[in-house]
Amino acid sequence: MNKVLRKSDVFYDVYERRPGADKLTTTYCPGCGHGILHKLIAEALEDFGVQDRTIFISPVGCSVFAYYYFHTGNVQVAHGRAPAVGTGLKRANPNSIVISYQGDGDLAAIGGLEIINAANRGEGLTVFFVNNAIYGMTGGQMAPTTLIGQITMTTPLGRSVENEGYPIHMSEIIATLEAPVYVERVMLGDTKSIMHTRKAVRKALKIQIEKNGFSFIEVLSACPSGWKMTPIQGEKWVTDTMTKYFPLGVIKDISDTFEGRDFSRKNVEPSELHEILDIKETRIDAEKIAPFIMKSVAEEIKIAGFGGQGVLSLGTVLSEMGMRHNYEVSWLPSYGPEMRGGTANCSVKISSKKIGSPVVANPTILIAMNRPSLDKFETDVVSGGLIVYDSSLIDRAPTRTDVTVIPIPATKMADELGNTKIANMIIVGALIKHLGIMSQEIVLDSLGDVLKRKKLVPLNQKAILKGAEFIKNIK
Amino acid sequence: MPKQFLKGNEAVVKGAILAGCKAYYGYPITPASEIAHAAALYFPRAGGTFIQAESEIAAINMVYGASSAGLRAMTASSGPGISLKQEGVSYCAGSELPCVIVDIMRGGPGLGSIAPEQSDYNQVVKGGGHGNYKNIVLAPNSVQEMCDLGILAFDLADKYRNPVFVLTDGFIGQMMEPVEFPEPIAQEKIPEKSWVVKGTIETSDNVITSIELDPDDLERHVNKLQKKYSIIEEQEVRVEEYHTDDAEIVLIGYGIVSRIIHSVIDELREEGVKAGMLRPITLFPFPKKKIAELTERVKFFLTLEMSNGQMVDDVRLVVEGKKPVYFYNRMGGNVPSMKEVHDKVMKIMRLS
Amino acid sequence: MSEAASRGHVVINTEECKGCSLCIEACPPKVLYLSEKFNTHGYHTLAYKGEGCTGCGVCFYACPEPGAITVFKRWDLITDIRMCPRCGVKHKVFSKSTNPNELICTNCFKLIEEGK
Repeated sequence: MNKVLRKSDVFYDVYERRPGADKLTTTYCPGCGHGILHKLIAEALEDFGVQDRTIFISPVGCSVFAYYYFHTGNVQVAHGRAPAVGTGLKRANPNSIVISYQGDGDLAAIGGLEIINAANRGEGLTVFFVNNAIYGMTGGQMAPTTLIGQITMTTPLGRSVENEGYPIHMSEIIATLEAPVYVERVMLGDTKSIMHTRKAVRKALKIQIEKNGFSFIEVLSACPSGWKMTPIQGEKWVTDTMTKYFPLGVIKDISDTFEGRDFSRKNVEPSELHEILDIKETRIDAEKIAPFIMKSVAEEIKIAGFGGQGVLSLGTVLSEMGMRHNYEVSWLPSYGPEMRGGTANCSVKISSKKIGSPVVANPTILIAMNRPSLDKFETDVVSGGLIVYDSSLIDRAPTRTDVTVIPIPATKMADELGNTKIANMIIVGALIKHLGIMSQEIVLDSLGDVLKRKKLVPLNQKAILKGAEFIKNIK
Repeated sequence: MPKQFLKGNEAVVKGAILAGCKAYYGYPITPASEIAHAAALYFPRAGGTFIQAESEIAAINMVYGASSAGLRAMTASSGPGISLKQEGVSYCAGSELPCVIVDIMRGGPGLGSIAPEQSDYNQVVKGGGHGNYKNIVLAPNSVQEMCDLGILAFDLADKYRNPVFVLTDGFIGQMMEPVEFPEPIAQEKIPEKSWVVKGTIETSDNVITSIELDPDDLERHVNKLQKKYSIIEEQEVRVEEYHTDDAEIVLIGYGIVSRIIHSVIDELREEGVKAGMLRPITLFPFPKKKIAELTERVKFFLTLEMSNGQMVDDVRLVVEGKKPVYFYNRMGGNVPSMKEVHDKVMKIMRLS
Repeated sequence: MSEAASRGHVVINTEECKGCSLCIEACPPKVLYLSEKFNTHGYHTLAYKGEGCTGCGVCFYACPEPGAITVFKRWDLITDIRMCPRCGVKHKVFSKSTNPNELICTNCFKLIEEGK
């Protein structure tokens, strides 16, 4: 083979982005492992012909300026967030080859959550985790991978298990997850180990290029400056000492059986979006609603009861029906944990004028579905207002004498229809009949558009009719 | 009419998709969760991506990635989540990445409550994260505006390569109102972005970054950002005025508060009180000129907020003590009632 | 020049060398050494003894700088300047170890790779 081993075309000839006079060398210290790994990655990208498709993510740390060197697409990111950014990049353009290049503080400390979850989702990323057991750029502080007894600026007496715990084994952690395809720990020590790393780099990239699989290569690498060693001592320390804590080898490899991932998005034309988003015309029958439209409607309705009584949907049905009669409407729930059990209430406004505040402080109509609701809201009702309450559940009548009171045994009536859950629709039917501001026919007809569970429409229609009949009989 | 009765939280998602947004990354939080629910349902169907991120920080960084790759991208949360996202927002601002963040404000500090507040004003309008940057902030007060301003947010984000917040409160997020949806934006109407990193030969010379170690380089970059912000202040102010023409007292409020003010103004006018409302629709850019103009002709201002007085500071900076600026607030999830606002106005008017 | 000396050649770009010596340690035939000279960055830089390179490439992979070392496998530098038969320019010229008559100049570096 007449090959020339030379600077890869994946590197810029001249590092124009590097400030200052020197635009030919990297910013790395003499003997730093980053440069070696950069060369192995660049060579592989060139050999595989994917330079143009590649996006290299520069992390925070000494390799923050990787984008000075790599003539690929480059994205520089916040400390630890490369796997999240990589997720966004890859999902946006599934054909791109995304490299997340991270140091030990970046990946194992501040970005621990991002790497574990990107790995667990099986994102189509290739992660190079440079483990040099120290924080290089910030001045030699402890890393999560700092060895026991190792002296750093923040472990001046050496890392102790009592205070700092043990060095973290990220490859082993990642390998316990199901989605990662290939996890190996390699080192940049003697010649043999570098050539083995070269193989691992190529395999990891291949898995992304061919199958969009997630690979994780932990590279034990020297930081001679941070370790206060010569480059040769540094490589020896990697080989002799680091490997004792961080055993080399393949930790997980399912590349043979892995079938590949497809991150491509659906191709959708803008013209299809209204249908996809369930945006439909709301039918308004001007002729049919004409006899019911009143010019001075200004109902402020408070609906309250237990969670599960259909209090909120009672409100939405009233509002939706109001909208179908060209009234201005708004619906505001009491939201949050109380929705899941406990009490629920909502405020509905139905008005012939533009609605300002959607808040109902003094309702013109109170619908009380249980005793606590009546107790709580009775005094708020405006003088001359209306109180509708479920007399099958509430054992007292309202004490107010300046309001109209309609007791309806709604739950009992619903039970007779075979489902206590439709007590709310009995109230709807009664209220519509009583107020006379909406067409019962339209309400019944459009119930199918309003309710989510279409199967229950006939039963709900029955309930509305029953509620209306009840009002007719007491009038 | 093509009206749909919807929650604000759902309307903003449908609007975003109609605006060509293709990426939603988020983390659930009350009272913003319905945004994630709707996004999970509709984004994949509409040719987009939805991922429930492992954290708020991851979510905004996924947005950072998707935006770097050229997509219209969004996330949403409420106060506690927005606090976490600030790191990523600062990076987006520094790297000049367009993105849309919806904040459905709830009570704070700490876990606070899930009821509505307006206490994120400072952390959203004043930047929030580290560094000399500004977000564009739109403040909808109806479900219709959740859709409309949501769409505008994407246009402004792309136009200025800047993060845009849709800032509103739990009530506007949770309430339902009729919405009319516009036609979807045509793909060719979304501006071409030559600066993106897409994994193509055309974009392989591009870099997205916010680091400039040389003080002169960084100063140049930050000055460029400031220049952009002044153009935004010049061109993008949006307000709603109601009866300000002859007003003696102008009530200032945004979001749900402006809805209450609107109703109170109607009452006051019936009683013969010359009251008007100024509603900032953009909180940054803040309507400084409009307030300065009103300062010349009104007697009083009354700023109403569901916070400890975060926006009123900005009003006072513009009014410069030339006219009294009164303040009324409720906090903890309470909403000022019409009666409270009415009484406050009458008290001020009687003082005169 | 011995027979072994013709198996490869290493070219050092001294301005890109930081003198870390990892290549010297790794070089199997031990034909690299640290020069007494300084480059403009103040590093003692790498030098090649001039013969004995086997073209194994170990120094290339040991070196952290992308452009500091170039290794020509199975080619050796002819010390004087000659006409390159490929581009016709007078330049530093390499001869192939298996066929000393086959010449190529340093300007044609990239073209002697496989397939090009």
